[in-house]
Amino acid sequence: MSELLRTYEDTLSAIGRGTDGNGLRQFISFRVGAEDYAIDILAVREIKGWTQTTVLPNQPDYVRGVLNLRGAIVPVFDLRSRFGQGATEATAKHVVVIVAVGERLIGLLVDQVSDILSVSPDSIGAVPETSLRGDHRYLAGIITQGDALVVLLSLDTLFDTMPGEQPAHETAA
Amino acid sequence: MSTEARNDYAQFRQTFFAESAEMLADMDERLEALKTGRLDREELDAVFRAVHSIKAGAGMFDYRSLVDFAHGFEALLDRLRDGRMSVNATVGGLIIRAADILAELVAAAQAERAAPSGMGADVMVAINGLLGEGATPVTPAIAPVEIRDDTHRVEIRFTPHADLMRKANEPLLLIRELSGLGHLKTVCDSSRVPELESINSDDCYLSWTFELETTAGDDAIREVFEFVEDDAEIAIVRALAEAQDEGFGLWLDTEVADVAPGPVALTSDEPGGKRPPAQTSIRVDLSRVDRLVNMVGELVISQAMLRQELATHNLPVVDGLESLDVLTRELQDCVMAIRMQPVRSVFARMPRLVRDVAARLDKQVRLVMVGEQTELDKTVLEELSDPLTHMIRNSVDHGIEAPAIRIAAGKPAEGALTLSASHVGSNILIQIEDDGAGIDRARLVAKAVEKGIVAPGAVLSDDEILDLIFAPGFSTAETVSDVSGRGVGMDVVRRNIQKIGGRIQVSSIAGKGTRFTLIIPLTLAVLDGMLISVGTERYILPLTSIIESFRPAAAQVRQLSGGGRIVNVRGEFVPLLGLGRVFGVSDAICDPVHGLVVLTETATGGRLGLVVDGLIGQQQVVIKSLQTNFTAVPGISGGTILGDGRVALILDIEQLASLEETAA
Repeated sequence: MSELLRTYEDTLSAIGRGTDGNGLRQFISFRVGAEDYAIDILAVREIKGWTQTTVLPNQPDYVRGVLNLRGAIVPVFDLRSRFGQGATEATAKHVVVIVAVGERLIGLLVDQVSDILSVSPDSIGAVPETSLRGDHRYLAGIITQGDALVVLLSLDTLFDTMPGEQPAHETAA
Repeated sequence: MSTEARNDYAQFRQTFFAESAEMLADMDERLEALKTGRLDREELDAVFRAVHSIKAGAGMFDYRSLVDFAHGFEALLDRLRDGRMSVNATVGGLIIRAADILAELVAAAQAERAAPSGMGADVMVAINGLLGEGATPVTPAIAPVEIRDDTHRVEIRFTPHADLMRKANEPLLLIRELSGLGHLKTVCDSSRVPELESINSDDCYLSWTFELETTAGDDAIREVFEFVEDDAEIAIVRALAEAQDEGFGLWLDTEVADVAPGPVALTSDEPGGKRPPAQTSIRVDLSRVDRLVNMVGELVISQAMLRQELATHNLPVVDGLESLDVLTRELQDCVMAIRMQPVRSVFARMPRLVRDVAARLDKQVRLVMVGEQTELDKTVLEELSDPLTHMIRNSVDHGIEAPAIRIAAGKPAEGALTLSASHVGSNILIQIEDDGAGIDRARLVAKAVEKGIVAPGAVLSDDEILDLIFAPGFSTAETVSDVSGRGVGMDVVRRNIQKIGGRIQVSSIAGKGTRFTLIIPLTLAVLDGMLISVGTERYILPLTSIIESFRPAAAQVRQLSGGGRIVNVRGEFVPLLGLGRVFGVSDAICDPVHGLVVLTETATGGRLGLVVDGLIGQQQVVIKSLQTNFTAVPGISGGTILGDGRVALILDIEQLASLEETAA
C-alpha cells in the first residue's frame, strides 16, 4: 500500500472517531449556568432554538417534555436541573442540542452553545477521583481552555439514571 | 453493521420459510374442499405446486427428512393429477394428514431441530401402498429445479411445397426472422434432395425442424410463416413445461433440469399460451412500508400546519390547496391499504388446529369460517394469531362436548364452531361461536371462590361472573389436558387483545353455546381521537372509549371518605379522575361542576369519568411511540403531532383507571 493511501485512510478513520485528522478530537461546548460543558461533536445531530414543549406528566423535574423533530417525538432534558441547579427559565434565546445516545434522539436544554473545541486527547485531564462518586459518573474529563475549565460529559452515563434509559451502555461505536 | 454483514444464506432461508408458511396456509385452505370428498383440478395443481416448491427449497437447504417426505407426498399428488388414481375418502384423509406432517416438518426445520424420527413414516407407508405395485417405489430425490419465467420451447416443422420458391419466397429470410424471436436451433432435412442431374433448380427439396426457445406467443410464430402458409406444411408443436412451480425467486440462474415434455399440437383456432393474467405481487420489507406510512402522516400534518398558518395571517386559501387536500387524503388511504391484509392468512391455520385438537379429544367438530377476506393491518393481524389459536383450542376443548354427551342432550354428534370476521366502523369484529355446553356459572363461581378470586358469598352480576374466566390463572377444566388449560388462560388472551387496542366480550347460554367477540381497531397507525384541553395542556382521547360528556350538577358529585370522588350518572356511580390533578397540570379545572366530565369505558367494560376543561374537537391522528426516544409514561399510550406542530399525548384509559387509586 502506498504511503499516500495509508495516510488518507488514517485520516478517514480518524474523522470517523471524531478527530479532525491531526489527532485532535472535536467537541461542542455549551454553557449551563456559570459552567462550560462539552460533548463529542459526533453525537450532535442538530441545534435548535427553544420552543414550548409538551409536558410529560409525572416525570422528574429535569424532563422538560417532548418536542416534534420533523415527525419524531423527542424528549428534552434540562441540564441545569439535571445538575441540581434548579429549572432553566427557558426563553427563545435558549438552545436545545439534539444528540444521539445509542439508538435514541434526545434534546438537551442549555443556555447557549459556545464553541467547537479541537483538543488533543492528551490534553484531556482526568476527573479527580472524589468527583466520580455517586451521581457524578457522567463527568468524562476536564479540558483546559486558557484559564477556563470545560467539563467533558459522557452522554451514556449522564442518562443511565434517567427514566428513559437502560443502565446498559449501548453506545454507537 | 452486523445485521447487514449476515450472509445471503440466512436471508434466503428466511424467505424460504416465509413463503413455505404462506404456501402451507394456502394449501390448508384448498384442502378444505377435500371434506366434501372431491378436489378440483385447479386445487390439486396448486397443492402440487406448493409441495413441489417446498421440496425444491428444502433441497437447497438440505433438510433431508423434509425433502424425502415432500417427495413422497408429491408422488401421490402426481398420481392424482395424471388421472391414474382418483380422490376417495382414503386418499383424501391421507392427503390431509400428509399436509399436516409437511407443515410440522417445515416447522421443525425452521426451529433448527430434528423432526421426531419416524415422523410421517406411517403416512409414507400408506402412500407407497397406494401407489402400489408396478409403480416405481418412491425414492427420495432432490427436486429438479426449473427456470420460472415465460420462456417455452416450441418445435416447428416446416416442410415447404416444391413450388415455394417459385412464389418468391425465401426460406432463409424466414429462418432469420425466426431467430429474432429467441434462441433457435435449426435441423435441416435434406433427404429429399435428388441426384444432381434430376434437380430442378426452382423446386424446394429441403425441409426444416426448428427448436425455438422463446417468450413469444404462438401468434408471433405463425406471423413469421404468414406468407408461406399455403405453400408449405407448418406444424407448431409446443413443449409444455411441467407444472410451473412458484420457485422462490431464488433459482432463476440455476440450470434447467430435464422437464418432461408433453408435446401438444396446437390447432390454429386455439391461440395457445394465453393463461389468465396472474395476480402479481412484490415482497416489500415492512419497515419500508412503515416509513412510507410515517411520511404520509407527516405530509398530512405539514399541510394542516400550512392551512393554519394561512388562517392566522388571514390569507385566502388558494385553490390548489383544496385539491392537494383531497390528494393527500387519498394518498394516505392508499398507503394504509398497503398494510391491510385479509384475515385469511390467520384463519387458514385454524382448520388444521381444529382437526388436530378434535382428533386428540375424540370429538367431532365442524369449523365454519365466514368473512376471511376481511382486511386489517398486518401488525394487528400478527398479534391476533396467538389469541385466536388459544380461543379456538379452548372452544374445542372446553366448549364443545364429547359426541355421546351431545347426542344425549339432543344435539347432533358433530359440534359446530363458527369463526367469523366483519367490519364495523373503524373496527373489525371477530366472533368465535360454538354450540357447546355453554359456561357453567355455578362451577365458575365455585372455582373462583376456591382460588380466592372472589370472596365466598359475594353477589355477582351475570356479566361479572362471565368476566371471571379472564381472571389470571383461572381454568375450569376438571383435568389439565395437554390441549389447553396449561395455566395460560383467557387472561393472557385478553391482555394480548388489549395490547392491540381491542376488547373482548363473552356471552354464553347454558346448554346452547358460547360466543366470544373481539372488537379490534383496523390499524395501529391512526386513531380517531377527541382533542381535549386540561389547563394549558391538550390530550387526545381515543374516540372509541368515549361514551358521553356532560357537566354535572353539584348534587351529582360525591366526595368519598377515602379521597376519591364519584359522579352519579342516571343512578350509576362512576369514579371521577381529575386529569389535571393526576398529571399535575397546575391551571386545570379540578371541580367537575365548572369543567366537563368525559365518561369513558375501559376495554374491560369498567367506567371512568375524566374531569377536563373542555372538548376541542374530533380528529384523526397518526400514532407515534414515546418509547422510540424516551420511555413509557403511565397513563399515556403514545403521542401525535397536531396541526400546529406541537406534540399531543394520547391517553390510555386502562392505565388511567389504575392510576386513579394511587394518584387521585
